Amino acid sequence: MTAARSPHRHLLGIASLGREEIEALLEAADGFVELNRRSDKKLALLRGLTQINLFFESSTRTRTSFELAGKRLGADVVNMSVGVSAIKKGETLIDTAMTLNAMHPDILVVRHHDSGAVALLARHVRCAVINAGDGTHEHPTQALLDALTIRRRRGRIAGLLVAICGDIAHSRVARSNILLLTRLGARVRLVAPPTLLPAGMDRQYGVETFHDMRAGLEGADIVMMLRLQSERMQGSFVPSLREYFHFFGLTWEKLAAARPDALIMHPGPMNRGVEIDGVVADDIDRSAILDQVEMGVAVRMACLDFLTRDLRAAAA
Amino acid sequence: MTRPAAFLGCRLLDPESGRDEIGGLLVRDGRIADLGPHLRAEGLAEDVETIDATGLCLAPGLVDMRVRLGEPGAEHRERIDSAVAAAAAGGVTSLAALPDTSPPLDDPAMLEFVARRARKLKSVKVHPYACLTRGGEGRQLAEMGLLREAGAVAFTDGGRAVADARVMMRALAYATAFDALVVQHPEEPALAAGGAMNAGPVATRLGLPGIPPCAEVIVIERDLRLVEATGARYHLGCISTAASVDVVRRAKARGLPVSCGVTPHHLLLTEAEVEGYRTYAKVSPPLRTEEDRAALIEGLADGTIDVVASDHTPQDQDSKRVPFAQAAFGVVGLETLLAAVLELWHDGRIGLPALLATLTSKPAALLGLEAGRLAIGAPADLLLFDPGARWTVTEAGLRSLAKNTAFEGREFRGRTVRTLVDGRAVFIREEPGPG
Repeated sequence: MTAARSPHRHLLGIASLGREEIEALLEAADGFVELNRRSDKKLALLRGLTQINLFFESSTRTRTSFELAGKRLGADVVNMSVGVSAIKKGETLIDTAMTLNAMHPDILVVRHHDSGAVALLARHVRCAVINAGDGTHEHPTQALLDALTIRRRRGRIAGLLVAICGDIAHSRVARSNILLLTRLGARVRLVAPPTLLPAGMDRQYGVETFHDMRAGLEGADIVMMLRLQSERMQGSFVPSLREYFHFFGLTWEKLAAARPDALIMHPGPMNRGVEIDGVVADDIDRSAILDQVEMGVAVRMACLDFLTRDLRAAAA
Repeated sequence: MTRPAAFLGCRLLDPESGRDEIGGLLVRDGRIADLGPHLRAEGLAEDVETIDATGLCLAPGLVDMRVRLGEPGAEHRERIDSAVAAAAAGGVTSLAALPDTSPPLDDPAMLEFVARRARKLKSVKVHPYACLTRGGEGRQLAEMGLLREAGAVAFTDGGRAVADARVMMRALAYATAFDALVVQHPEEPALAAGGAMNAGPVATRLGLPGIPPCAEVIVIERDLRLVEATGARYHLGCISTAASVDVVRRAKARGLPVSCGVTPHHLLLTEAEVEGYRTYAKVSPPLRTEEDRAALIEGLADGTIDVVASDHTPQDQDSKRVPFAQAAFGVVGLETLLAAVLELWHDGRIGLPALLATLTSKPAALLGLEAGRLAIGAPADLLLFDPGARWTVTEAGLRSLAKNTAFEGREFRGRTVRTLVDGRAVFIREEPGPG
């Protein structure tokens, strides 16, 4: 384990992380991957600490991943799903924050459907907060786990050509990944129909943008597909599912433009036959989709570890 | 009857006549009885109260064309008495109250209710707008004739655009029968739907839904065609983009009866204020870019933009302490209107008389009010201010019930010392010095 200390009490986004911090987190996460493959996976690092997973938006995989990460480090983990009902009862986000704060948690893992909501909540609690996805803003642990996946499969990130394809406009995964990958020296391309790709992102982020999959995938080392929300496909942003799949769905044929060993990634859950052809997703030589899930637990363990170091040092 | 009073030794500023000189002003029976450099303490009648105003500026009281009073329907955010107190402290002596209340002011009885409540306070003059369409819903015309007789100062649906071109064309045509002013909120609702801030790189990075700048100019360009066809007097409540300034400038050159306004926050702030999801920077129209801001200042300087109005929109904490996309639009502005606009003078962008015209004579002329000028016989609606007094905006210092200012913590230069309505002091600053 590295001795690096995080200056951040919260992990709200990749935007506030420097290259060295990102690398330290990836280094630590790498160690946890090995731990997670052993039969005895349990550490006592976070013993006595309470972690609350507060999800305002349903998510099975991310919540489970954070739950496992906390438990493997020895924390007491509680899951709280705040459905529509609590919000309908009139409880505001800040009410919820104050209520939880009174229970003295040490870590809050929060997912919310509004951009900036996790940062707002973090200002009203006295514990570490991890952003598990806020609106269309950031999803930092997803970008970290994607980076760890790439690093382990390719040995590096700097210099790689990464094509991020699909609904860029509404994707927090895309934003966090663009920030992280460019910070670590990768070349990033964004591939999407114009309605799903905000104008000016090329200059803003120092990336290239494409509206044609074959051109965008040309020579790519990594092909990162994004999930397309079905409500966005019924004629509002793209004319139809089949048209979207025809032009932007990842098939063997389109993938042929990328490097022969190009790695396929997807943050899940996949819409087979919409943004990705099932047979491509299932090719174990090319698809890193299940690796991503595995790396997710390790990366979240590293984040929990880093954010609680000061707290543990103070208690010791 | 209050005693006659004379302000002596002050800088008299009358934007309409261009008067800018040191002198005195005599108030008698609620009206301006005399003014000019010849007025001195010696020679005044014995019953006249003299006020030494050396070093201060005396101007017509401000006329704020866009104010939300909170009544009826949102008394927890603002009441007529708190809004009027805020207005008086800000040097505003006449205000036009927007009709997008709950219920909306689309009925003569509602209009009279607001006017009566305000009159009872014997303070700042409140002139309610009436809805242009029934319920402000943009579908059927409101009873413009009856509302006009009940005292409607002009017609508007407030913060909602009249989106339907046919409804707008008929409203404009009908308004010409009364020579009524029609005020539009230029924002194409379909393009703005769900938007929370200016569309662009900041919105992309923050992951917030954007309102594209073209949503504004599209409505303006359409309406200008309707104005051309009907000849109605048309005013844009507040514009926010460089493209809008450009279009209005060209329409004026063609001689169309069009005028427009801008807010202090659009003149001083940009979308960068939204950084950190600051909901107090969520306004409608949204704060735009630095280029837009520069174009607005240029438009104000060359007369393309006629007036500055606060667009005072009280919101309680519960409407603002929420995630950005859920937060309500609007900021309070009555108490910072003068100081914020004076920034443009302090920065050497626009001269003082021209700047004050946008806050006094020009809005008064648009609304047809007997206000906004220093002239013998005019109502003594006056603003005495210290042009250089430094002060810092704090929530606690605001008289408004609502505290949602976009300028919290900002230091301004220039502050009201005394406000008079019909010769009566409705505001006297206790600590006239700095701070």
